[in-house]
Amino acid sequence: MNIHEYQAKQLLKSFGLPVAQGVPVLNAGEGEAAAKALPGPLYVVKSQIHAGGRGKGKFKELGAEAKGGVRLSKSVEEVVANVKEMFGNTLVTKQTGPAGKQVNRLYIEDGADIDRELYLSILVDRSVGRVAFVVSTEGGMDIETVAHDTPEKIITVAIDPEKGVTDADVRALNEALKLTGDAAKDGETVFPALYKAFVEKDMSLLEVNPLIVMTNGRLRLLDAKVSFDNNALFRHPDVVELRDTTEEDEKEIEASKYDLAYVALDGNIGCMVNGAGLAMATMDIIKLYGAEPANFLDVGGGATKEKVTAAFKIITADPAVEGILVNIFGGIMKCDVIAEGVVAAVKEVGLKVPLVVRLEGTNVDLGKKILRESGLNVTPADDLDDAAKKIVAAVKG
Amino acid sequence: MSILVDKNTKIIVQGLTGKTGTFHTEQALAYHGTQMVAGVHPSKGGEKWTGSKGETLPIYASVAEARDATGANASVIYVPPAGAGAAIIEAIEAEIPFIVCITEGIPVMDMVKVKARLDRSKSRLLGPNCPGIMTPDECKIGIMPGNIFRKGSVGVVSRSGTLTYEAVFQTTNVGLGQSTAVGIGGDPVKGTEFIDVLEMFLADDETQSIIMIGEIGGSAEEDAAQFLRDEAKRGRKKPMAGFIAGRTAPPGRTMGHAGAVISGGKGGAEDKIAAMEAAGIRVSPSPARLGTTLVEAIKG
Repeated sequence: MNIHEYQAKQLLKSFGLPVAQGVPVLNAGEGEAAAKALPGPLYVVKSQIHAGGRGKGKFKELGAEAKGGVRLSKSVEEVVANVKEMFGNTLVTKQTGPAGKQVNRLYIEDGADIDRELYLSILVDRSVGRVAFVVSTEGGMDIETVAHDTPEKIITVAIDPEKGVTDADVRALNEALKLTGDAAKDGETVFPALYKAFVEKDMSLLEVNPLIVMTNGRLRLLDAKVSFDNNALFRHPDVVELRDTTEEDEKEIEASKYDLAYVALDGNIGCMVNGAGLAMATMDIIKLYGAEPANFLDVGGGATKEKVTAAFKIITADPAVEGILVNIFGGIMKCDVIAEGVVAAVKEVGLKVPLVVRLEGTNVDLGKKILRESGLNVTPADDLDDAAKKIVAAVKG
Repeated sequence: MSILVDKNTKIIVQGLTGKTGTFHTEQALAYHGTQMVAGVHPSKGGEKWTGSKGETLPIYASVAEARDATGANASVIYVPPAGAGAAIIEAIEAEIPFIVCITEGIPVMDMVKVKARLDRSKSRLLGPNCPGIMTPDECKIGIMPGNIFRKGSVGVVSRSGTLTYEAVFQTTNVGLGQSTAVGIGGDPVKGTEFIDVLEMFLADDETQSIIMIGEIGGSAEEDAAQFLRDEAKRGRKKPMAGFIAGRTAPPGRTMGHAGAVISGGKGGAEDKIAAMEAAGIRVSPSPARLGTTLVEAIKG
């Protein structure tokens, strides 16, 4: 689960971390009051969407000359003008895709005098199974570019979970970021506090890009991006409250209600599969035969008839879907349960596109019989290869 | 021979009394008499578990007690996510040599703690979020469907459950059968990696060829490929086929498995496929051709 920058900063502030003063703006008319609550004379108006690249992003509704999604303002009037121009418009960045995202929240922040921009993130380094800091002196830029062009400028410091951030870790991080004086002193509290926030709140990513050294020599988190481990949300009701469902795909929200793993994609073949690996492999084989999947959907190992019905409805509700492939290898999942769910869903919502079903494994004969006797226009497939060929041919007509 | 489990493996079940634990324990007992010897439940020690066909197993209050009473050398965990990390740690502290955790959805931070404890122990952990392990006709731990297996010569190792079944089914259909099939699981932090299993398959006489199935996210496949290249230089090599799921997955999105995500430009399928091919693995572009691709690899 992702949250907005302003929410991330409020959360990090509660762990004692240095962030700028700021006020979120949830209505276009709140710009003036927000700016007046800040000391000035420099303000930053920041679009709050769950995607990076906001500064270089462009608003769809404004001309190409218009400024991007993060704007510096030198007076209250300028803040008000920027809020008016940005609010409600669609920001397109390299991470949003061409459709962009509507900006319904802004964050007005006190400006800072920047001396140096650094990069810092915390994540779980799966190669060692530990939480690790990833830092670089090359802040404020796209870290993927830095990693590609100058990998030696990225330094990783893994933390022993039984010791936490040690003095030696702090020294290593200060050295990696070339921090001295007051900034290095700040590092002694900032690094352990960031680690504490990450661990206590079960984050999966905490990215500060940039972390800045101000002209007064102190550290500040200028930006903050936080994602949480979905598997740990059950123990963080406070975090769940920060969820902004307007940032998520409607079909994905619906799927999450039924505990279905669903990811919307751009193609036209809807997929319903059991198991994450097989679901990805099904997308891959569709592509291999020259078509594109409309979604990833894993109904899981213990799906019920109701869950299968819900999954089928989500797929058919997508107007882009021109054909459906159901691919089940029943180990624990029984084929008759899948067949019953499909039949129930089709009876309820109808079927306007070709449907190919491949069933294998537990109770396969019973499952095939249910489909055959349902009177529905279902194309059976012998194996995965046959299934993919049939659905691609049906969609291409 | 086989790897990790055989007919002498004695298994206790943590989470036996739940619906999932009960169902799969019945299935295991019915599979060539897999030696399921006891269950563990903190408040039901001294009671008995009874399956739907009248099978019974004793329940002990702790893993250590169950181990002492039965001589168990393995444990399988079906405990729900919130308590599964603690269940693994209990098994490690009871010095169970081989621990298999089936549970999906354990918080990563819990697994970071488990991993630190595991590194200081003599236990091996398989999983979590895995389908388990099977040696055909001898031992079934976890949730794999027994009926698709056939005793044979292929070692199967996979991050995905259902793709393990595909590989097993297809190697059964081409007449090769399996030595042992191992599901290492789809979580980012886990107990056993590809390299550990590949090392065992290379050393196992019964395993004459290997199928390795990876997916997007992390670099375990690249690490495994490097390992295989190094071993080949020492003359240790077996014919291998492979597959990577997620060629068409978009970056930044978690694809069902917590570990299946391309992040920061890393963990994409193409890099993994290139590394595996460079290590001499025949990587099938289609998940439907795992068996036939392996047959080609064996013919050379």
